[in-house]
Amino acid sequence: MKIVVCIKHVPDVQSERRLEEGRLVRGEDDVLNELDENAVEAAVALVEELGGEVIALCMGPEDAEDGVRRALQMGADSGVVVSDDALVGADVPTTARTLAAAVSKIGGADSGPGDVDLVITGMASLDAMTSMLPGALAAALHVPALTLAGSLEVSADEATITRSTGTVREVLSAPLPALVSVTDQANEPRYPNFAAMRAARKKPVDVWDLGDLGLDAVAEAGIAVVDFTERPAREAGVIRTDAGEAGRELAAWLVENNLV
Amino acid sequence: MPENMLNAPIVVLVDRTPEGIPTAGALALVSVARALTSAEVVALAPGGLEPSASAVLAAAGAARVLVADLDGREAVAAVAADAVVAAVRSVRPAVALVGSDYRGKEIAGRAAVLLGSACASDVGDLEVVGSELRASKLVLSGTWSTTMTVSAQSDHTPVISVHPSAVEPASPAAGEAEIPVEPLDVPLSAEAAAVKVVSREVSDAAAGPDLAEAQRVVVMGRGTDGDLGLVHSLADPLDAAIGATRVACDEGWIERSAQVGQTGVSIAPSLYIGLGVSGAVHHTSGIQGAGTIVAVCDDSEAPIFEMADYGVVGDVAEVVPQLVEELARLRG
Repeated sequence: MKIVVCIKHVPDVQSERRLEEGRLVRGEDDVLNELDENAVEAAVALVEELGGEVIALCMGPEDAEDGVRRALQMGADSGVVVSDDALVGADVPTTARTLAAAVSKIGGADSGPGDVDLVITGMASLDAMTSMLPGALAAALHVPALTLAGSLEVSADEATITRSTGTVREVLSAPLPALVSVTDQANEPRYPNFAAMRAARKKPVDVWDLGDLGLDAVAEAGIAVVDFTERPAREAGVIRTDAGEAGRELAAWLVENNLV
Repeated sequence: MPENMLNAPIVVLVDRTPEGIPTAGALALVSVARALTSAEVVALAPGGLEPSASAVLAAAGAARVLVADLDGREAVAAVAADAVVAAVRSVRPAVALVGSDYRGKEIAGRAAVLLGSACASDVGDLEVVGSELRASKLVLSGTWSTTMTVSAQSDHTPVISVHPSAVEPASPAAGEAEIPVEPLDVPLSAEAAAVKVVSREVSDAAAGPDLAEAQRVVVMGRGTDGDLGLVHSLADPLDAAIGATRVACDEGWIERSAQVGQTGVSIAPSLYIGLGVSGAVHHTSGIQGAGTIVAVCDDSEAPIFEMADYGVVGDVAEVVPQLVEELARLRG
């Protein structure tokens, strides 16, 4: 089984994240997107069970290689970083098309997944939080998408997930090749030991640009950020310590302020 | 042409209940579209609609209704996205709008790739400035807000997922004329058709308002000790949706789908009431869009009190019943 796991190197959510010129400031305190650890774990566990290889794929600035190294420490066999100045600030469809081209190259095909059986992603990246990339990437690859998996089972020719979204619980399946996105419920990501960290240093990482993927410059996005503002932190309002009347006082406050 | 309106149609994906009735969120989305364009608002209903639905959609502002027969498979996002693509190719609108739940976001991303256009998600506000559409949203866990211009071009129609909770759905106007319901032929892509729904069940939570769309949300946290009855006693009379922290879901007190925050639902209600919620950043990142935040928690050091408009340090088991009783009295 050949599995590509798509990861992202993002500013740590605990760091001081900010926008400059409408773009997220990167490269100061970046880590492997926490929710992608579940994707790496799912891919590595499947290959341990079924045999095969895991390729960690990341689009981003060159230091995104650090995120790929983390995936290699967790058990991925090799890595690819797609990095190109023309991709700075890329939107979801552009990212999807670029990653799709990289998957095709990994799979030995001009388009589509080639001999890649499965693409696994996290449920969202903690920088943009759009959750749109998995579906968009599946569209660009023309493979079925099984998204937001709470659990995942894969056989030689089929993937089956269970998931809970909104008010619906469902089991979905699709023939391989397919794309699966996993939630943080899907597994418990392993913590690499010293031997795994040492082994990861010897694993190959390729760096590709748009030319390597046979892609032209990025098309006009159609959506442009024109204004960005840091919001004042929400301030504490009225705080009451219950002395037996707090429920009644809160009710009165809600009614006075037309909130109910 | 009225000022500050687009002069091109808008397609709105209308989610429906299993009975074929448009959801409140879908009607709100139609209202949003109505305010943005002087041209037609076209409602796209994947799957059948109940006969009275077209009048309800007309009252909310739709001029046409397209019904796509998707063989009961519209729950698969890729199938619904194929319907959006077919509708966009037929209507050639300035923009297509979908709801901003997980399904809506997946639909927007997929449809945008297939249309060769742009997409945006979690948009909280849309307006027309000059002849340009502007979309605003909160980013970075609600600490920043951004405004985007959306070039509304009919050959590359952008697809935007919108939180409709900021808008009160239009109440159906009496005697509104019925509007035409037209079948829409949807060529299904092989990859959309390949997704098999092995089983599907709608949870009991579906009885209440939808979490992502609700005007009021009551959230169950660790401090409720799993007392769902207490949470309902407040949520039900307020017609509020019930949300939960990750701990409450992990404990099995409530469905995972109720989880609010970073890996759950982002909400933007006008009123948020947290019961026994301490306010970890994984949760509060999903409530930054709330208008007013109220917290009842027995830990005076809980971080949620730093952002609450009104906080009560107290035992939820004592404060909530008194609150419910007094609200019933005050509201008659």
